[in-house]
Amino acid sequence: MRKNLNVIAAYGIMLGLIILVGIFQSWNVALSIFNMCLISAVMTMGANVQWGYAGLINFGLMGYAALGGLAAVLISVDPVQEAWAVGGFDILMCFWLIIVMIFAIRFVLKHFEKSKIRTYGIAAIIIVGIVIIRITSETSIEAIENVNPATTGFLGGLGLPIMFSWIVGAFFAAGLAFIVGKVALGLRADYLAIATLLISEIVIAVIKHEDWLTRGVKNVIGLKRPVPYEVELQTKEWFINFVAKFNSGKLELISNITNKQAALNQLVIEGSSVFVKLCYSGLFLIVVIALLVVTQKALYSPWGRMMRAIRDNEEAANAMGKNVIKQHLLIFILGSAIVGIAGAMLVTQDGLFTPGSYRPMRYTFLIWVMVIVGGSGNNFGAILGGFAVWFLWIEAAPIALFLINLFTIGLPETNALKVHLIESVPYFRYLMMGMGLLLIMRYRPKGILPEKIEIK
Amino acid sequence: MDFLNAIILLLNYIFVPALTYGSQLALGAIFVTLIYGILRFANFATGDMMAFGTMMTILITWYFQSLGISLGILPTALIAIPFAIIFMIGYMLFIDKFVFRYYRVSKSPPVQLAMVSIGVMFVTQAVVRIIIGPSDRRFFDGEKFIIKAGEFKEMTGLNEGLAIKSSQVLTIFITLVLVSILFWFLNKTKTGKSMRAYSDNEDLALLSGIDPKRVVMITWIIAGILATIGGALYGLDKSFKPFTYFNNMLPIFAAAIVGGIGNPFGAFLGGYVIAFSEIFLTYAYKKFFMYVLPASMEPETLIQLLSTDYKFAVSFSILVIVLLYRPNGIFKGKVL
Repeated sequence: MRKNLNVIAAYGIMLGLIILVGIFQSWNVALSIFNMCLISAVMTMGANVQWGYAGLINFGLMGYAALGGLAAVLISVDPVQEAWAVGGFDILMCFWLIIVMIFAIRFVLKHFEKSKIRTYGIAAIIIVGIVIIRITSETSIEAIENVNPATTGFLGGLGLPIMFSWIVGAFFAAGLAFIVGKVALGLRADYLAIATLLISEIVIAVIKHEDWLTRGVKNVIGLKRPVPYEVELQTKEWFINFVAKFNSGKLELISNITNKQAALNQLVIEGSSVFVKLCYSGLFLIVVIALLVVTQKALYSPWGRMMRAIRDNEEAANAMGKNVIKQHLLIFILGSAIVGIAGAMLVTQDGLFTPGSYRPMRYTFLIWVMVIVGGSGNNFGAILGGFAVWFLWIEAAPIALFLINLFTIGLPETNALKVHLIESVPYFRYLMMGMGLLLIMRYRPKGILPEKIEIK
Repeated sequence: MDFLNAIILLLNYIFVPALTYGSQLALGAIFVTLIYGILRFANFATGDMMAFGTMMTILITWYFQSLGISLGILPTALIAIPFAIIFMIGYMLFIDKFVFRYYRVSKSPPVQLAMVSIGVMFVTQAVVRIIIGPSDRRFFDGEKFIIKAGEFKEMTGLNEGLAIKSSQVLTIFITLVLVSILFWFLNKTKTGKSMRAYSDNEDLALLSGIDPKRVVMITWIIAGILATIGGALYGLDKSFKPFTYFNNMLPIFAAAIVGGIGNPFGAFLGGYVIAFSEIFLTYAYKKFFMYVLPASMEPETLIQLLSTDYKFAVSFSILVIVLLYRPNGIFKGKVL
């Protein structure tokens, strides 16, 4: 119990802060912060598996999160029959062509000695393949994008419940991670960072501009939800009764019937959105706890010990007969898959997919700040980092406003400096993140909750 | 005549813009490569440091404009740049003293320094946005064009015009002068040689009496000059927006790695490689072929290899291919 005291204290403080937001701002805000904290925690767990367990630096988190989001769209949106009719066949043909191309390359790789001619041959296969694909797809892509461009203009998805996308998103991300890992994992640490960062930018560019698949920057809105809609809840008998019962103390104080009804209506509207957010919190909590159990088990398993050995001394682990390359690839895929789940969860919560909003600042570097601040190598630390940093990210503006007012209290309201500072309040969050990261790295380099390995 | 038109077309839409963009990238790439070679980490704050330098240039330009100082046909920013460089160097040395030095002295692994540079990136981004705001700003004044498209057409009687902006000529000219001075400095002067020695083998350099503090300081000074001038030239040619500068970090990294990281000359050429391939691959060649081919063979489609949306993706793909086949870069950088 005692040795876990700091963990319990840290989580207690975090929960207390969120409850304070609930009391002083509103429960709606508190719950939306809490939900985003949970999603961030899943992302940090993914990054932590790669960085904390294996020492692999992955600055491409944004790409995997976006692929998870794409999975949510492709799973939940109903198929656009018209678009399939005009261009579906050609798109499927291109899909087969890509598979044929891959097999052709594999065949060449297997059956010919490494030589210049082989390299040129592979290049030729790729170029010819791309040309054929472009010729087959060009007209049908145009046709698909012309089907009702204002509302659809893309192929749509499978029309399944959106919860499936959490698994599919993981597979999408894992698939990308397999390719990236094959290509880039041999690189030295900072090269790997740059390469993954740039590859994630390529992924975003593709998602943004292949309108037939993703609608691109036109966004996909109104995704199906796994939880009830507020508007429906407000008309349900049982929910109104539930809210009335829950707030009976407050309602009894109002004697006038019409006033009472108005107050109840207000409470129902507020209650419905809190209820929906609570449903999401429940779903997300299940994911977080399940992942936590699995990652914790993995950390203390022989496999986890092997990963740490590889992280701390690659050569020695290699000499002990561990296949470093294979294990690196495996953990790179696992971590990316977790990030993919988080990406799908995020889109599920928002109900919309906006490729334009994926920026490395928010989806890569912020997550890294979370991992470093929380404590890499320690799952509880990573989750705490997700909570603390996201909380600060959201509450930075009010804190900054408070501080500015405090320090410029002597200045008149119209003072140019004061006005300018108050206008730029939103950017103080970057300052706080940066200072937080620098201070933690300098004075507590292992994070708030450092990694600790118990040998039983 | 048609053939001349085709050449002018390529000059106007590919060659001049790519040369300008390449020069801007080259300055940034030399900055990255110097920091990597001598201080031994990948500086993720590159784009934002350039934004800081540009911000100082803009603020000083505004001050000069309010005083009524101008250079006539040349942009006022040119006299503001030297002052901005002083501020930039001050900021860099300040950051080095309070942030990077600790990790350098304790010989932290490069990854940790790269992480620290992300912290610096956040802080610098905040400072720039708090001081000047996130919006798009243009600070070019003076004569905008050297040759206007219309004038060129009248002069030569061709169908295609060639427009050359003075900011483009300035960019190319200043880059060439600056890079020549830099290479002269690195190869011929004693200080430059000691910097290269330090980059090549730190322990041997220390043994032979090179003062590491001095080398580091001079590196930051050169980096400050490059970052400010590179950023200001980009801002003069296009416009200043903090977010764009952050994004520019990516092609700059690509240029530095393609050229072989740690090798300034490679970085210089890498900038042009990236710029030319981005523009070559995303330009629509329809008009060019209309001039060159006989009327019966005129193309119907745009003849564009890749849509312009994939401009960034091109440079990143080049980088990935280079990393795969020549991890040391095209021009042999440090062996990593």
